Amino acid sequence: MQWEIVIGLEIHTQLATASKIFSGAPTKYGAAPNSQASLVDLGYPGVLPVLNRQAVIMAIKFGLATGCKIAPRSVFARKNYFYPDLPKGYQISQYELPIVHDGHIQIALSDGMSKTIRITRAHLEEDAGKSLHEDFKGLSGIDLNRAGTPLLEIVSQPDLRSTAEAGAYMRKIHTLVRYLDISDGNMQEGSFRCDANVSVRPMGKRELGTRTELKNLNSFRFVEKAIEIEAQRQIDVLEGGGTIRQETRLYDPDRNETRTMRSKEEANDYRYFPDPDLLPVRIEPALIDEVAATLPELPDRKLERFVRAYALSGYDAGVLTAQRALADYFEAVVASSRGGAKLAANWVMGELTAALNRDGLEIGSTRVAAAALGALLDKIADGTISGKIAKEVFEAVWNGEGSVEEVIVKRGLVQISDSARIDALVDDVIGANPAQVEQYRAGKTQVLGFLVGQVMKASGGKANPQQVNDALRRKLGAPP
Amino acid sequence: MHKQTLAQVAGDLRARRVSATELTRHFLERIERFDGELNAFITVTKDRALEHAALADRRLAKGDATPLTGIPIAHKDIFCTAGVKTSCGSRMLDNFVAPYDATIVERLQNAGAIVLGKTNMDEFAMGSSNETSYYGPVRNPWDRDLVPGGSSGGSAAAVAARLVVAATGTDTGGSIRQPAALSGITGIKPTYGRVSRSGMIAFASSLDQAGTLTQTAEDAALLLEVMAGFDERDSTSLDEPVPRYSQLVNEPWEKITIGVPENFFDDGLDPDNAAALRAALAEFEKLGARLKSLRLDHIHLSVPAYYVVAPAEASSNLSRFDGVRYGYQAEDAIKDDLMTFYMRNRGQGFGPEVKRRILTGTYVLSAGYFDAYYLQAQKARQLISDDFARAFAQVDIVAGPTTPAPAFGIGQKTGDPIQMYLNDIYTIGANLAGLPAMSLPCGFVRGLPVGLQLIGPHLSEARLLKAAHHLQRVTDWHQRIPGGYG
Repeated sequence: MQWEIVIGLEIHTQLATASKIFSGAPTKYGAAPNSQASLVDLGYPGVLPVLNRQAVIMAIKFGLATGCKIAPRSVFARKNYFYPDLPKGYQISQYELPIVHDGHIQIALSDGMSKTIRITRAHLEEDAGKSLHEDFKGLSGIDLNRAGTPLLEIVSQPDLRSTAEAGAYMRKIHTLVRYLDISDGNMQEGSFRCDANVSVRPMGKRELGTRTELKNLNSFRFVEKAIEIEAQRQIDVLEGGGTIRQETRLYDPDRNETRTMRSKEEANDYRYFPDPDLLPVRIEPALIDEVAATLPELPDRKLERFVRAYALSGYDAGVLTAQRALADYFEAVVASSRGGAKLAANWVMGELTAALNRDGLEIGSTRVAAAALGALLDKIADGTISGKIAKEVFEAVWNGEGSVEEVIVKRGLVQISDSARIDALVDDVIGANPAQVEQYRAGKTQVLGFLVGQVMKASGGKANPQQVNDALRRKLGAPP
Repeated sequence: MHKQTLAQVAGDLRARRVSATELTRHFLERIERFDGELNAFITVTKDRALEHAALADRRLAKGDATPLTGIPIAHKDIFCTAGVKTSCGSRMLDNFVAPYDATIVERLQNAGAIVLGKTNMDEFAMGSSNETSYYGPVRNPWDRDLVPGGSSGGSAAAVAARLVVAATGTDTGGSIRQPAALSGITGIKPTYGRVSRSGMIAFASSLDQAGTLTQTAEDAALLLEVMAGFDERDSTSLDEPVPRYSQLVNEPWEKITIGVPENFFDDGLDPDNAAALRAALAEFEKLGARLKSLRLDHIHLSVPAYYVVAPAEASSNLSRFDGVRYGYQAEDAIKDDLMTFYMRNRGQGFGPEVKRRILTGTYVLSAGYFDAYYLQAQKARQLISDDFARAFAQVDIVAGPTTPAPAFGIGQKTGDPIQMYLNDIYTIGANLAGLPAMSLPCGFVRGLPVGLQLIGPHLSEARLLKAAHHLQRVTDWHQRIPGGYG
């Protein structure tokens, strides 16, 4: 039987506010345990939450960027359960009335088409602390630094039909929150995590199958692998005549399997009710306008513009606009050089990206500034150096050996475009390779490449390849 | 000097007829002498009080004192006080020393009031008799076999027996007004949000409100104008200017209309209480007030609605008391598995009334019951608010009983929670509607004080206090001191 996978994602993205959502404690990652928790975060008697306005503004930004409705009135509710890393015994979240709802984003499919994924809602909530089960001799340690960190939980409709779509959706949301500057999206630090609701159904059937929820998938790769393995498990169960139990499952990346965490029967009754310590959040149209005015150009719009204004392929434009900083870098290169957008795109996606990846750097920490790359491309465009030499120059600049100009001069890399010098080099090569010349003249024209290579080698790679080509053809004469 | 009101003592302090240190010593001696029999205090902060009194005397000498500088007061042990045990009447917090001051504690301290100690209370403010306290019942100074009312019973008894000049309290369903009535003093619960809840250990957040227990309405005005006002630490506190209550109460009487809900005077009310109340209302008429009969049609829903909403919020508010970060931890509990750890800490740390309300609250919020209980209760709450809104379209103040009868015996109602809960039948409405309300002495029945309750529209504290002050200028019920404490 043919099966269809149905996936909905719940993405928890940590908002990049300076302080926590309901207290003034800082949100910085990696501090000594329990050094960034105020009395509010610790759930002391008598303390009260006060909403961080910055978190509200960030949620509005996300809502505007995804075509969501911004609720004029949303309500914080308490989600009650006991756990040592949940100091108050409840999490302040939003339940019936989220701050933004009913939006959508576009994802690109592998066949070049795009697909609309509906966003049910995105709501504000506080994160819990961390339980540390190792290093305490059978006891558990609690670190409450993360308690009270603002999260935006983004819930999609079950519109995703494959692991690839789920991955594309997650990447798109990741791109978006970073564009909006509302999250650093750092997955290692847990700033961007995902739960997946997965079910399968016979292809063509409308009714949804029983779903399971996969918890805490904290990398793109894990999301795809976990869904893949879980969907296959469900298919195996169903094809074996079994039924799927609604439950929460945990993905184990070491064994690449999912296993039961808790069944529906064991699920908590969270006893949600409106938090009486917080007033409903009221958002006036004026505030929405104010926030809208601060929105950057969004990835879809930027992609369209890159295709149109720079005559790039959709693929190239997609790669360049996946990160706002990369797109900005690309545009700065284009603006600072006469080499043209295509050349700039190739270099940004090629040498630059490779160097960043090799050294594990973000675009913000690049060692070749946009202006420097622009200068380098100018040297290619005006024939000062060849593309091949340019790569050498790029490496040298990356390694801090000086500016583009300095490296070219210091290493004597200026391209040889003087035709007399090139003719001399060509004559030497013709004289030294009579057999190949013979073959060429006999019609084996592929030999030209060998001869060009010999000239380039003799010139230390500096001869203008086009001129070498032309001179060889001229001197060898047209093949019969 | 303990027979004087706060206003009088303040006058003496500023005229240097008495020093803050003398006053503090005098009241500390009274606490030492009488509190063994009353059990009004959980903690007496003698040394700290004397230090603060010395500071107050310096301030008085320099002439930068406020009317509260040097006034000996006590805080209900529900308010966090930095460096001092804050127990909330519970074993759960018997070892808890608050690391910060509640906003009202801070404001009163800045004004120069001297805190003599922390008063006994029903555990987590859950009770109407002060019998649920981990520290034992408080006794009523008018008759020590009787309860002083609750949950602010320690504050009420301390003021009634003149162990302090005034005290703070909290009122979730009547916890200031009911003990004020049963102890023969004046108590006010302001409008919800008028006084910050920051640092006040939460019972039912949408109902809790801090207020005062004093001898007179004028004293209440002096305290309230310092305690009230917006606090950025409490999102539900009202950002409205605070009137100068102590000046406003002394302005000339205006003709007001007082609404009397006839259904407050039905069979549930002790006939002798009813007679005392009618007599007090007649005094208002003599002052020139017009009385108007009215009905509050949905007030019978107040007790059932309250006993859904308050436990629901409490069940969540009290979840933080788990023995992980502070508070009671059962012996060797850390060696148990997590569930046993919780059960032992909470099972041993909380008393039976608190457990009863946590269970009730958990039940009414549970899946399948939420709509039938919590949502219905919210609807009832709205109906009660609407009743009051209609009443205040016609009258300035609603007046009636604070309690159904005078103080009852210790142990008399502990076996029957419903009887105990019905003691708050007249007071709960104001909490559900968020309205200011107060109780003031209005006579005696069988030698025990009776309270008259005044309820006003939102932010009408000045109106209530002024009416009460004018009544107290022509009556002397509030000046009576229980036998043995004069």
